[in-house]
Amino acid sequence: MRIEGKGQIDRNAPLTFKFDGRSYGGFKGDTLASALLANGVKLVGRSFKYHRPRGVLTAGSEEPSALVEIIGAANQTPNVRATVQEVFEGLTARSQNRWPSLRFDALAINDLAAPFLSAGFYYKTFMWPRAFWEGLYEPLIRRAAGLGSLSGKHDEGNYEKAFAFCDLLVVGAGPAGLMAALTAGRAGADVILADEDHRIGGRLLSDDGKIDGLTGPEWVAQVVAELKSLPNVRIMTRTTVTGAYDGGTFAALERVGLHKSGRADLPRECFWRIVAGRTVLAAGAIERPIAFPMNDRPGIMMAGAVRSYLNRYGVVPGRKVTVFANNDSARATARALMAAGVQVAAIIDSRPEASAVEDCPVYLGGQITDTKGRTGLAAISGTHVGGAFQIETDLLAMSGGWNPTLHLTCHMNGRPRWNPEIAAFVPSEGAVPGLRAAGAANGAFSTHACLAEGQRAAIDALAELGRVVAADTLPAAEDAPYRMTPLWQVEGKGRAWLDFGNDVTTKDVKQSAQEGYKSVEHMKRYTTQGMAPDQGKNSNVGALAVLADATGRGIPETGTTTYRPPFVPTSVAAIGAGGRGAGFAPQRFLTSDQASRDRLAPMVEAGLWYRPSYFPKPGEQTWRESCDREVMMVREAVGVADVSTLGKIDIQGRDAARFLDFVYTNTFSTLPVGRVRYGLMLREDGYVFDDGTTARLGENHYLMTTTTAAAGLVMRHLDFVHQAYCADWDLRFISVTESWAQFAIAGPKARDLLNSMLDAPLGDFPFMACGPVQIGGVTARLFRISFSGETGYEIAVPTRYGEALFRDLLARAETMGGGPYGMEALNVLRIEKGFITHAEIHGRVTAFDIGMEKMVSAKKDCIGKAAAARPGLMGAEREQLVGLRPFGDERITSGAHLFVPGLDLTRENSEGYITSVGWSPLFGKDLALGFLKDGRARIGQSIRVIDRLRKIDVLCEVCDPVFLDKEGEKLRA
Amino acid sequence: MPELIAKTALAGVKPLTIADTTLAEVDLGPIASVALFPGQEKAVAKALKPLGLSFPAPNTFADKGDARIVWTSRNQAFLIGVAAPDFGAAAAVTDQSGGWAALSLTGPAAVDALARYVPIDLRLAAFPVGSAARAPLYHMSMVLMRTAPDAFLILCFRSMAKTGWHEIETALRSLAARAKIA
Repeated sequence: MRIEGKGQIDRNAPLTFKFDGRSYGGFKGDTLASALLANGVKLVGRSFKYHRPRGVLTAGSEEPSALVEIIGAANQTPNVRATVQEVFEGLTARSQNRWPSLRFDALAINDLAAPFLSAGFYYKTFMWPRAFWEGLYEPLIRRAAGLGSLSGKHDEGNYEKAFAFCDLLVVGAGPAGLMAALTAGRAGADVILADEDHRIGGRLLSDDGKIDGLTGPEWVAQVVAELKSLPNVRIMTRTTVTGAYDGGTFAALERVGLHKSGRADLPRECFWRIVAGRTVLAAGAIERPIAFPMNDRPGIMMAGAVRSYLNRYGVVPGRKVTVFANNDSARATARALMAAGVQVAAIIDSRPEASAVEDCPVYLGGQITDTKGRTGLAAISGTHVGGAFQIETDLLAMSGGWNPTLHLTCHMNGRPRWNPEIAAFVPSEGAVPGLRAAGAANGAFSTHACLAEGQRAAIDALAELGRVVAADTLPAAEDAPYRMTPLWQVEGKGRAWLDFGNDVTTKDVKQSAQEGYKSVEHMKRYTTQGMAPDQGKNSNVGALAVLADATGRGIPETGTTTYRPPFVPTSVAAIGAGGRGAGFAPQRFLTSDQASRDRLAPMVEAGLWYRPSYFPKPGEQTWRESCDREVMMVREAVGVADVSTLGKIDIQGRDAARFLDFVYTNTFSTLPVGRVRYGLMLREDGYVFDDGTTARLGENHYLMTTTTAAAGLVMRHLDFVHQAYCADWDLRFISVTESWAQFAIAGPKARDLLNSMLDAPLGDFPFMACGPVQIGGVTARLFRISFSGETGYEIAVPTRYGEALFRDLLARAETMGGGPYGMEALNVLRIEKGFITHAEIHGRVTAFDIGMEKMVSAKKDCIGKAAAARPGLMGAEREQLVGLRPFGDERITSGAHLFVPGLDLTRENSEGYITSVGWSPLFGKDLALGFLKDGRARIGQSIRVIDRLRKIDVLCEVCDPVFLDKEGEKLRA
Repeated sequence: MPELIAKTALAGVKPLTIADTTLAEVDLGPIASVALFPGQEKAVAKALKPLGLSFPAPNTFADKGDARIVWTSRNQAFLIGVAAPDFGAAAAVTDQSGGWAALSLTGPAAVDALARYVPIDLRLAAFPVGSAARAPLYHMSMVLMRTAPDAFLILCFRSMAKTGWHEIETALRSLAARAKIA
């Protein structure tokens, strides 16, 4: 029901939205909750466990009950708090956790079974048989219990992440936060003022009372206008600071576009990391419910929320209101309602000594012991000092006092302090370095106190930042004392809810204590109290008070559970913004990328790089046909492949040679200038790290190549070795991977192809030579190395010439019967030749295992040498690199295991495994590399290759890993 | 005799203006890494002197005519726009010219666009004109230089230039969309 003349919504901007398929009207400035209540919709959801009818409890982000699904064109967002979701034209919302409908929910049967469904029920009941848990019980329970549903589709909405920096971060824009921001802003500090509401002002928008003679909203408007005029102040609305972290860093979630229908490029949410010199926590306080019997019906709301709906939205969700409170602040709700012409049937004040003077009946020493109304409150009954009462009412405003919103102060392991005067926890000073709490968040509840503390906090924070600021005169505001007497629970025969989100009652907490779960942390886990989407904002203090009572301890001794980030539910989509699909990692493209795609080469990912898999020719039906052709092309004519992805590290200095001797197992100080040598690198633990070739370009100048996969790792390793072990050496190195485009030219016609390109024909250029050459006046680097077993060169040009050189090489190669070859052919070529890749040096093999122990020089030390000599890293018990070849034409697979024929196929009998397999068109069969126990001594034997996943059982011959040209005559030709 | 055509990383991509802010690829010409060997500060300073430059302090860059020198790491700077002078044995000089894609970002939304990806304080007081940093650009790395209060130069790996462009374009589009509803 809307009240004329009340509220801060824009009545000139009507909107329509849908809830559960029905259209309703609202206004700009409404939340979904206020608009539903204005339309008389009180039942908005079903509870988590008992499927009880639930309505709106609060007017803020702490809402535990009014959770809905928001249905967008591309998104379905569950568990949205209706109290936070702003209404926009076309908004579509749906109630959740009900079937077939909200009004008639079949699983409400659970409520009848409630006596059996208390805390621990599942743990005790579904113990047996054990195997039933995962398959039967858990899915059933999950379906019955629960929150909203997901669409099952990817969330393709836009999300954003961002960083911000400021001198002072002010969390919360109520009176304390506004005063802090104003003080710091006027002093010229960079201020970020963040508030989770869509409007600035906090409780000043909801409460009556004057500041400097102005109403709350008028004063707020004046302050906001001033803040906006200050270029050093940044106001962030719809932004909830969700966590406090090291170094003055805070996380915050901004609802950027959730209050609009979807539009291109507009992020739905932004996940902020805010780094602040100092922080003022002015997050206010959250009103706490009272656990009286049957306190969960729609129509039972927080007193402060009722005031918010009246003053901010002009909505009163009832015609005959009652108030139940243990403090003075709820009286304001009754007075505001009466002033707006709403009937207040009674104020039930639990304090016998409180004032009875109001314009409505006041029941002192009152307690509500029962409520009626199936889908909405109809009546309450209870006792007071004068006897019993029974009142027909459709809206009950309750208040059990206020809890300071101190969550952020506990995010770095700080514990709050119990303040008996306000019967609430308050922040401990210094719990988060650089953060100070002010106002209601600090337990100071009057408007005057909030303004004063906000100002003081800003002045103190600025002083620590080296800015001296004088205190301006504070605006005049009410300074009423906050009077309350704790009332945590009311005994009675019905259930009294503590945690509306997870359906936890006082009985559950008491039972937890009885069953020995007396620690607050145990109680939480046993009952699930505080584990719902509201994370116990409404129930934690109440629940631990009940626990304290049940265990005969005081509240401070009982303590709180740990407050953890995030303060409000935070979507993973926002935290991971930009990282979905192809955004997961940067994409690296070769200079030859377009040329390869022009030839319809399917691209495969190799690390972050995209490399051509093969180059299909017209008529080729499968990748294998292309691959086979490319292999034979290299063997018989010439092939060109882009190998720029290999890591390239330029190493210079008088100690460069010494450094290489130290990081490689073999010796590079003896390498002549103009020559290349294969090198093997070990990890500190003695296992093989990486391999590659290194060229000596000058006396003190080397160029190392690494594998594609380990390019970054090797660079990091070299940096570590340099900084940790030889920082004073005359040594400098830098990655040049990106600076050179490098192409392999392999095959019997490789030299002819090269000579057709070079400005001067190639002279004597033996195997493993390197040196500069000229192509069209561009200085290139030529290396005579081969990864295919054929005569091979690699030519490198500055990257800007890469595409041109690749296209030119292909055109010439094709004229000579050659062409490009892709990763598939490259792999087959190297398997035929027995060359290893990271498929073989996968991190668990030693130099001995791959037959390279002789490369670990005896004449010098190197990284990993000592560790490689440990017992067990050499010898017959090691699995050693071998080649494998089926006797027939059967197919084999990498990942298959090796067994001695005749032995049982058990884990213990596995004697090795296959790492690489390729179909060799040359040999007309699969060839494989693998590791076999004592393999080198078993060459010539037969072994069974078993792949149980792919149902493969093939007898293979163990052979030398080099299938082709073991003497290397082709390479050297 | 072949003639090799040189191409920048994003050759052919036109400048993009969104939210009054322009993203464009720039061709910086030669880039050389100059890494001074231990104890060679004076010799390096002498070699740089004819260019009117000195070895930059950490997190800074300096310009003189067409030449620019930017600090990139401990004892390492990139000399941009001119051929590297002869440093003799005082410094390791490595050609980096084609390895980096250079993007300029100029306009009122530049800082906010970068704030989507760069975890460093870009407030003018903290990162004034003449500042440089090796910093992440979301999940890639870059050399960032502030050339004017609202203008930046970004060097990112050539192979990742498309991703770098895409990230900044996405940020600018997002900022423009935000401005529309403000």
